[in-house]
Amino acid sequence: MTPPQRQRRVPKQQPPSPPPRAGKPKNPERLFVVAGPDGGERDGDLDLVTLIVARAEPPPSATPEQSALLRLCSTPLSVAELSAYLNLPFSMMTVLLTDMLTAGLVTARNPIVRQSVADRSILEAVMHGLQRL
Amino acid sequence: MDFKGSDTVPGPRTEDQLPHTAEAAVKIVIVGGFGVGKTTMVGSVSEIRPLTTEETMTQAGIGVDDNFGSDTKTATTVAMDFGRISITEQLVLYLFGTPGQERFWFLWNGLFDGALGAVVLIDTRRLEVSFDVMGRLEERGVPFVVAVNTFPDAPRYPVAELRTALDLPEEIPIVECDVRRRASSRDVLMTLMRFLHALAMAKAPA
Repeated sequence: MTPPQRQRRVPKQQPPSPPPRAGKPKNPERLFVVAGPDGGERDGDLDLVTLIVARAEPPPSATPEQSALLRLCSTPLSVAELSAYLNLPFSMMTVLLTDMLTAGLVTARNPIVRQSVADRSILEAVMHGLQRL
Repeated sequence: MDFKGSDTVPGPRTEDQLPHTAEAAVKIVIVGGFGVGKTTMVGSVSEIRPLTTEETMTQAGIGVDDNFGSDTKTATTVAMDFGRISITEQLVLYLFGTPGQERFWFLWNGLFDGALGAVVLIDTRRLEVSFDVMGRLEERGVPFVVAVNTFPDAPRYPVAELRTALDLPEEIPIVECDVRRRASSRDVLMTLMRFLHALAMAKAPA
């Protein structure tokens, strides 16, 4: 029996990122836009694996969502985990967290993202970690 | 979707909390067709019970001004399961199992951007399901390895034959696995890491 046959593809030319426009503030509405099918854009700096840590006790003015989130991330927790525990879609999490970051209620620890190639020391650390499993 | 209120939200169990020293996270994406074993694989190596994050797509777009309530129009909910492995006191690895249908990927903004790499999980009974996924990863320049989840009643092909059928270059690893077993899933991840390490070495020799 012969398996079906696939055809290999090659990397698409990445469009050059547009130069930053000086003096023109970003349209805040952009944060609420789900990126198009190409996923070329990223909302702010929040990734599924950005770690969120509470900076403060919930202020009296906090909404129920904010209070719940602050309680959850008394220790670091990823945006993905917060989304799962709070039962909020990722797109809503980014909205909620963007407000809370602006208000200084939480801090974000940014993920290590792969550049053109991954950092060797990170890869080695992950390999050591996996070997202990 | 009604928000339940802050007191009713279950959080991580104490043993599932990350230490305060956790500084940064990395991610690996496990991608494959429906029922190929992505969630099983995530669950077999994760230190936490796999969690699910959902994203909703509506015809009219997602409303954000109505205080997180939403009158669901024609909503499609797409779920993604994920797990976690603490690598060191500072570094955390997240594993995301995502459906192969590329039309859903845009929902997870940046899911593949910045991922260390991907595991394409395949079932030899439905090999062609994975073709588009691999093509998309190639186009995006996301490095991946191929893991064949060996189902008892699935046809077994020699790796060389699979490589030809999948049109994969010699350097991309193809491994067999049983994702129900932790050691087997771990070995797949190790295969990916060694592959990524070799790529990094080739690009910037020590």
